[in-house]
Amino acid sequence: MGERVGIEVSLAAAEAVKMANVDVVAAYPITPQTHIVEHLSELVADGELDAEFIPVESEHSAMSVCCGSSAVGARTFTCTSSQGLALMNEIVFIAPSMRLPIVMILANRSLSGPLSIWNDHTDVMSIRDSGWIQIFTENGQDAFDHVMFSFRVAENPAVSLPVIMNMDGFVLTHVIEPIEFWDEETVKRYLPDFEPVNRLHPDNPVTMGAFGLPGIFTEAKKAQDQALINSKPVILKAWKDMGDLVGRYYKPVETYQVEGAETVFLSMGSVGETVSIAVEELRAQGKSVGQVKLRLWRPFPFEEFREAVRGVKQIIVIDRAITYGGPGGPVASEIRSALYLEENMPTITNFLCGLAGRDVTAEDYIAMFEKTEQMAKGKVRQEDYIIYGVRE
Amino acid sequence: METFNVYASRLITKKEYFSPGHRACQGCAEALAVRLVAKALGQNVIVSSATGCMEIVSSPLPFTNWRVPWIHVAFENTSAVASGVEAGTKALIRKGKLPDKRTVFLGMGGDGATADIGLQSLSGAFERGHNFTYVCYDNEAYMNTGIQRSSSTPFGAATTTSPAGKLKPGQITWKKNMAEIAVAHNIPYVATTCPSYPFDLIQKVKKAASINGPAYIHILSVCPTGWRVPPNKAIWIGRLAVETGVFPLYEVENGKYRITVDVPDLKPVLDYLKPQGRFRHLTPELVDEIQERVTHEYNGLKAKTAL
Ligand SMILES: Cc1ncc(C[n+]2csc(CCOP(=O)(O)OP(=O)(O)O)c2C)c(N)n1
Ligand code: SF4
Ligand SMILES: [Mg+2]
Repeated sequence: MGERVGIEVSLAAAEAVKMANVDVVAAYPITPQTHIVEHLSELVADGELDAEFIPVESEHSAMSVCCGSSAVGARTFTCTSSQGLALMNEIVFIAPSMRLPIVMILANRSLSGPLSIWNDHTDVMSIRDSGWIQIFTENGQDAFDHVMFSFRVAENPAVSLPVIMNMDGFVLTHVIEPIEFWDEETVKRYLPDFEPVNRLHPDNPVTMGAFGLPGIFTEAKKAQDQALINSKPVILKAWKDMGDLVGRYYKPVETYQVEGAETVFLSMGSVGETVSIAVEELRAQGKSVGQVKLRLWRPFPFEEFREAVRGVKQIIVIDRAITYGGPGGPVASEIRSALYLEENMPTITNFLCGLAGRDVTAEDYIAMFEKTEQMAKGKVRQEDYIIYGVRE
Repeated sequence: METFNVYASRLITKKEYFSPGHRACQGCAEALAVRLVAKALGQNVIVSSATGCMEIVSSPLPFTNWRVPWIHVAFENTSAVASGVEAGTKALIRKGKLPDKRTVFLGMGGDGATADIGLQSLSGAFERGHNFTYVCYDNEAYMNTGIQRSSSTPFGAATTTSPAGKLKPGQITWKKNMAEIAVAHNIPYVATTCPSYPFDLIQKVKKAASINGPAYIHILSVCPTGWRVPPNKAIWIGRLAVETGVFPLYEVENGKYRITVDVPDLKPVLDYLKPQGRFRHLTPELVDEIQERVTHEYNGLKAKTAL
């Protein structure tokens, strides 16, 4: 196994991209993603990474360059945040429809306005239905490992879909953590060379991106949906193989202290670590509380999720984005529909918190638990979500 | 005409890379331009196309008119897609993952895709110096969506969003000079051409493709549907554009200007305007105004070639 180093998570992620021997990086700077691109451009400038670094003039072009390079069969990487993702939105939807296995790190940041550079999940939720495989990482090691994972899953010929690896801005991107690097041999064993299903090359002309008349469009979309659903076994195998190689076994839905728990917190991304502290404190107070973390967001892990919350009476869903005037946060709304037909449907409370970097402490989660206990005495409807911590 | 080496159409390859059976309107000179560009480039090319007439007429899933590799992603990003195609191929060849094969990277789009919505990505690709050729098929409006004006629509032309009304004489702005914008990027090769002059077109495309670095070719492409001319008059109208000085054919190689189809005595612009329905409403005063501007610009171009 490789060595363990103390390093900023952004730099570690960039190092992982280098170790994946990427061919093309196209990106445009935006806080808090900058350290990743800066480091990659340094690696290319120093000859440590043999890749084309394309300093594009916008994120729209970043994603477009990625489409072009991925279409010729080059291993392709980009990263962005918030406004950058919003600007590339049009192409974000096109890449999966063309089955281009681009890997993108999203250093999650709030969408304007008001303008804010700080972390939440409003950016990624805006492209929830774009057709990308979407995963959330919780800490530095996790982020490093999942760069390798993302390339492996995306480029698997049975998948051939782009992957977004979410990484919370600042709270994850800018912290220094001890991270175990993989050695080259491990990378080689885990990540095969990219052999595209189709590539643009004069020896075998193909047409990519033809337009769809109504007579064929629905079929094309059905095929795309099926491809995303079918990526699940490849994803599971990629986690299993990673575990066997590096000893860390990741899962679509991860749990902590859920055995016999009556109430569970459900979260995505780096807040999971703070939630764990709250769970421990509540357990110490004798409360029956556990924790569920969604790592895989698309394709949604219905089975694993239902299994994880079986027998639970209350779910406290932590959302990091707002659905204005709608059914609460996007995560809660999916959780609710995933459980709709289950017997003994648990009570679901929904807290929208940590918007644009607002600190949420273990005490806050404990307060959410207490609020949930009160609310659960009556009926909790979807519109009863709480934007937590509003100063009045 | 003296710039032609040989005038014999059989010297153009019979091979079609942009195949017959596409769905362009009758007499579409934009489709003709695409066909000639494809012939000029041959098999070893990868084409990135913008959304627009030429994309729509040639790629209704599951059919294609492209016998060379071709990709369409969106409307405004062709130059970025072509950048990625070029960069990806370059990296793969350098890293020994693909055999070294000389391939031309072509970006193509209409005037809307080039002069308006895609100008930023084109400028970025020029500035970064990708080794690609960009061809703008200029039919002087957004034809694919129903003849709306673009910044490349000429002064006085009626379109569906610059209609000739009681107050306004059609388009009220002067055509954006895309070739000059390309020249301002200090790229090695810029040219204007027109499919009414097939040899001029083919020579320029070949030259652009042979040059290392970005090249830009602006092709005036008569659109009978949008210009309100009969389909069988498209070639003739293209010639009139050149013969009146409205659209001079020239090239700029490493900053040096050269007119490739010299017209010693320009015909009056009225000869060009009159047969076109889109200029039908123009008053003699407006025609004079256009004449003055065309003469002025033509003389300006002539002066540059003397430098
Ligand atoms: C972002 C975006 N805006 C608008 C459109 C609609 N649209 C498609 S083609 C087109 C006009 C194309 O004009 P041009 O580039 O001049 O090509 P032409 O069809 O005239 O050959 C427009 C406005 C689009 N596809 N994408
Ligand atoms: S509208 Fe004009 S440019 Fe488009 S296909 Fe018809 S003739 Fe050609
Ligand atoms: Mg046009």
